[in-house]
Amino acid sequence: MHPAFSVIFLTTLSGVGQGLFLALFTGQVYSTVNVLPPQDPVRFYALGSLLALLFLGAALVASFFHLGRPERGWRAAAQWRTSWLSREVIVLPAFMGSVFVYGAIYYLGLNVPLVTVGGGVVISLGLVVGIVAAALCVALFVCTGMIYACIKFFQEWASPLTVINYFLLGTASGFTLATAFSIHTAPALVEFYGAWAVILTVAALGSRTASLIRNARIEYKSTVQTAIGVRHSRVVQKSQGFMGGSFNTREFFHHKSEGFVSLVKWSFLILVFPLPIALLGMGLASGDAPLLAGAFMVQYLGLIAERWFFFAQANHPQNLYYQTT
Amino acid sequence: MTQLALVIDLNVCVGCHACVTSCKEWNTSGTAGYLTDERPYGEDPTGTFFNRVQTFEVGEFPHTETVHFPKSCLHCEDPPCVPVCPTGASYKRPQDGIVLVDYDKCIGCKYCSWACPYGMREVDEHQKVMKKCTLCVDRIYDESLPPAERKPACVMACPTSARLFGDVHDPDSEVSVAIRERGGYGLMPEWGTKPANHYLPRQKTRITVHEDELVRADNPLKKERRQPRPDLSEPSLDDVTSW
Repeated sequence: MHPAFSVIFLTTLSGVGQGLFLALFTGQVYSTVNVLPPQDPVRFYALGSLLALLFLGAALVASFFHLGRPERGWRAAAQWRTSWLSREVIVLPAFMGSVFVYGAIYYLGLNVPLVTVGGGVVISLGLVVGIVAAALCVALFVCTGMIYACIKFFQEWASPLTVINYFLLGTASGFTLATAFSIHTAPALVEFYGAWAVILTVAALGSRTASLIRNARIEYKSTVQTAIGVRHSRVVQKSQGFMGGSFNTREFFHHKSEGFVSLVKWSFLILVFPLPIALLGMGLASGDAPLLAGAFMVQYLGLIAERWFFFAQANHPQNLYYQTT
Repeated sequence: MTQLALVIDLNVCVGCHACVTSCKEWNTSGTAGYLTDERPYGEDPTGTFFNRVQTFEVGEFPHTETVHFPKSCLHCEDPPCVPVCPTGASYKRPQDGIVLVDYDKCIGCKYCSWACPYGMREVDEHQKVMKKCTLCVDRIYDESLPPAERKPACVMACPTSARLFGDVHDPDSEVSVAIRERGGYGLMPEWGTKPANHYLPRQKTRITVHEDELVRADNPLKKERRQPRPDLSEPSLDDVTSW
């Protein structure tokens, strides 16, 4: 596949925004049950929601660069019954809207208690909206992952690991950002977020490695024999029907050397996993804010490489018809 | 149910690209707009086509065979490109099974091209929408044309009649008979897309001749042997007697 930067930025930025919101919501749930101290509604929750919205908004802007006809983008909500892409188009704005409402409730001081359940646990309006937003957030991860996982022709993607990776990589980067964010706004939560960022990053390393191992052993269903229906062990393409390029040769090939692809793979394996964990560890030990911010930036940079590799690695059966590219 | 489709006879396709140029000519002149050509006379020409003819070499020299392979949308009976379309621009017509793109609804997200294992869909770089073979839907129903010409442009152009057009659901149609009697097959059956277009395999006409059929084993009169020349002095009844 040709990795399109619009989609790379869409998926990585959206993952950060979703992860950051889930981090805010997790902190809120923990403080509701009195495990963690409550935080400042404006500085932490409202500002955190705004930050998440900025990432999600940037993702939305990036997505429009992928469309040939962005002015018709609204039509993409039509086929939600069959298309995961359509479902994502519905869930992303719905999630952004609920994050906006969540942040607004805190900013405007509308986080009124609704009911008090046993043990003095107060269910507030913010928590209810947070639950809705968190459900939409998980739904968005599933939609994004399924866009790729549901296409059986990309055998590298057609696996539950794709959805798991999107979820874990998104939440890992979001929690890393939450760690860097909370050192300024909620110092009591830094270690909580830092620990979760490390746990999620390690989990993401596990699932991403699993998918790398799976993809290295993949056996392609289609061969040039089934593509043209001639049974012979040696079939060589001599002409692809044109001498210049076409959409088929541009969209489905990355046109980079094996060495470059391998370099990207090892870069992301270092930038997404061990390096941010080391920076997080050092930052948490020393309480140094720039180290934590650096952990997020390194991890985000690594995620761009990860997503590039994710697309570049996918091999489409149509390439069998374009072997001389 | 009607399912219009092409049946392509690889046995007689000579790879002349007449179907490609005829398709391009018809579809670039249609009411749906042109098919883009970029830098047609430049260094790196590219463009949108509905139909291509590719060439494959089967086997190793000297036992090689050249297979010319025309390739256009197969109008799958279970088209994987249709359900993934987020706008509904991509659809399969219930009345004749043609898979079409509504150019006014397409947002150019290219997702359908990912979902086609055959790579039959192409983005038009100028109109920024997805395009594909329409089976000349603007031609096959055109009543201003004589009935014999209500066929896709590629079928009309083929000099060797390697392209047949018809309803593959009608068991008595020309295409169904050809598929049935000549072992027509679909491409990449492993994906379960049920392509409506079929390909007829290459055929060799061979007869088995045994050694004893070349020389008659049972030949008491020695028919093949040169007849003994009668002596001139011998009487003869006519020119053929030799005893």
